[in-house]
Amino acid sequence: MGNPNAGKTSLFNALTGARQKIGNYPGVTVEKISGDFTHEGDTFEVIDVPGLYSMTPVSNDETVAVKVLEGDPEPPKLVVYVLDASNLERNLFLFSQLAETHTNVVVALTLTDVLDKEGARLDLAKLSSHLGCEVVPVIAHKGIGVEALKEAMARALASPDELELDVGFPKVVMDAADRVVDHMNRRGVALGRREARCVLLDEQCTTSERFRGIPELWAVIEEERQTVLGASGQGRTLDAQARYAWAAKVKKDSITPPVERRRSGTEKIDYFLTHRVFGLLFFLGVMYAVFQSIYTLAGPLMDVIDAGKSAVADFVRPMLDGTPVLQSLVVDGIIEGVGSVIIFLPQIIILFFFISVLEGTGYLARAAFLMDRLLGWCGLNGRAFIPLLSSFACAIPGVMSARVMPDERSRIMTVLVAPLMSCSARLPVYVLLIGAVIEPRYGAAWAGFSLFAMHFVGLAVAIPVVLILNKGVFKGKRLPFMLELPKYQWPRWRDVFLTITSRAKVFLVTAGTIIFAMSVLIWALLYFPRGDNPRYEREYSSLSAARQETVSLEQFQELRQREESILGRFGKAIEPAFAPAGFDWRLTTAILAAFPAREVVVPAMGILFGTGGDVDEADEGLVSAIQRSQWPDGRPLMTPWTAMSLMVFFALCCQCMATLAAIKRETNSWKWAAFAFVYMTTLAYVFSVAIQQIGRLVS
Amino acid sequence: MEKVLTSKELRKGMKARVATVEEGEDPCTRLMELGLIPGTEFSVTKVAPLGDPIEIEMRGYKLCLRRTETECLRFVELP
Repeated sequence: MGNPNAGKTSLFNALTGARQKIGNYPGVTVEKISGDFTHEGDTFEVIDVPGLYSMTPVSNDETVAVKVLEGDPEPPKLVVYVLDASNLERNLFLFSQLAETHTNVVVALTLTDVLDKEGARLDLAKLSSHLGCEVVPVIAHKGIGVEALKEAMARALASPDELELDVGFPKVVMDAADRVVDHMNRRGVALGRREARCVLLDEQCTTSERFRGIPELWAVIEEERQTVLGASGQGRTLDAQARYAWAAKVKKDSITPPVERRRSGTEKIDYFLTHRVFGLLFFLGVMYAVFQSIYTLAGPLMDVIDAGKSAVADFVRPMLDGTPVLQSLVVDGIIEGVGSVIIFLPQIIILFFFISVLEGTGYLARAAFLMDRLLGWCGLNGRAFIPLLSSFACAIPGVMSARVMPDERSRIMTVLVAPLMSCSARLPVYVLLIGAVIEPRYGAAWAGFSLFAMHFVGLAVAIPVVLILNKGVFKGKRLPFMLELPKYQWPRWRDVFLTITSRAKVFLVTAGTIIFAMSVLIWALLYFPRGDNPRYEREYSSLSAARQETVSLEQFQELRQREESILGRFGKAIEPAFAPAGFDWRLTTAILAAFPAREVVVPAMGILFGTGGDVDEADEGLVSAIQRSQWPDGRPLMTPWTAMSLMVFFALCCQCMATLAAIKRETNSWKWAAFAFVYMTTLAYVFSVAIQQIGRLVS
Repeated sequence: MEKVLTSKELRKGMKARVATVEEGEDPCTRLMELGLIPGTEFSVTKVAPLGDPIEIEMRGYKLCLRRTETECLRFVELP
């Protein structure tokens, strides 16, 4: 355990290597990272407890950390306290609290190399005697001290020793605590000196609850509180002052500061990178590079995966010719499902490469520092920038990267609005409809503008959503925004590699399983019940010759089969509900077919508008079919208002089960995934109906 | 009598001392746990391009905070 940024994760990686397990603590979005290592024949299980600043938790992450330390589900046999030597005072504050919980502790002293560089000298023996336990200096990424730490851990486990630390509270406090203890003991109530002090100084001390309901005992405590605190009543200030006074003394005794303080390299770099002008320009440059890479680098890789999927399908298909149901299940259900999981890997790997490099160099924190004002006013914070930006390429890596945010509340809010950002899979719909309806009527300038504007629809809607979530859905404490800008350094490629592989693994195993299962389910909904091919053939032969030219018998049969499948019938059934939005059954069915993944909407429209499924958004046949399409009474279907209404529907609707699976994975609950689905789909419906109705009024 | 400042009046490069902490508000306990207690001296090392947050250096480390979330603190400027 230790403060955030003390070097816990690096040390954990050095101890356990790749032998790590990532799970979740029950009921919260906090990840549980554990691993093991073997030392001289004994196996040690290690848990990487979330970083915390104090044993009085204010976030779920900290609550989890405190629970683990206090013995839930089982008391730790040994606590390795990671102490940042370059930030001794604040790191000792938490240590002073830990030292009161009667634990067996070994201190791993990190970042001593920073002290050396600054020219400060450290007296290890003095530090160790102040802390009352063994202190092992460790430089984890170089492997220095790791073996020594393992030995110290083995020793401490062999002969456990309870830490007993007295930070020296003012005499008036301890005298009052003694009087409270005496009083309670006389009444037969067991109470320790430490708990008594806690009750006196901190109104919210958990021990207080034992006495609050008993007036005669509570009166004694209240009286002593008066004696100690006087009129101010500021007990926590006293507590913090005592601990920091102790920490300052330990620091003074064990570290000799350098003679003169030089301006560090980090400060020189920061002069530019957090500068009003250069800082923002550099930031925009970095973000552009990240976004472009996800957008363009991933494309060819995804094409390769897609081609691979088709190759496998073509290879397998003939082998199952005898059993059409099995053939369709394997090819359209299973291979398609596996393919639709792997297809997201390039984007996830690229994004997490950038994130871990940015985090490793220390720039990620600067990005949050620069952007906090922009996002802070509506209840998010600067750290949400990268998840939201990457969601413009794809919401799945975006949702997954929200874990860079240490505070659960902002993390969930970011995860919930990330899918509103216009991802690259929505682009074909915009291009198709703008090309078919807006451009021929209003020219290229308006077409370009509408394409640009569509990318802001989701962002604009996200702001009120966050405001409402912030006020209405999330109750309770808001965390103060706290951020430390770490020193710049070269990224550790080993850590980058570990981050990427563990994220890819988590995605494949947890989100991937859900996506795969949903793919097979959707396949079944479109496959059953089997259609009546002879009847379709008769229907086909009664079509006009011109119609028959545009659509082959096979395509027609496929279309009719989909229409009469479970999903297709459902699409027909809900057509009246979408009439106010100006959508006919073809559009509703296309929308419905696109719920698992909006990528399929253009091929689906191809099938439904009779040009076959093998089309893309630039296909002229499809464009003209959309332009010519009519309602049964001859009114044109695709007016500019309908096109806009349909585009906004796609911009806002949650048509991506992979995103939902990622949300489930990251929030550790189906509740938030369902919430995202319901609120986005509702918004999409409301907005598209509103646009169509306004259009009707105007024209 | 020294002039008492709020967090909105902190400027880049300024050195200051925490004068008082108003306990009882949520973020304040945390700020004290981080070392911002009466008597703590610090300097303002950075102000973000958009005016908030700011970075201060105290007790041998640097911390970024929002001006809006340090309203429970009062400061005195140091020469």
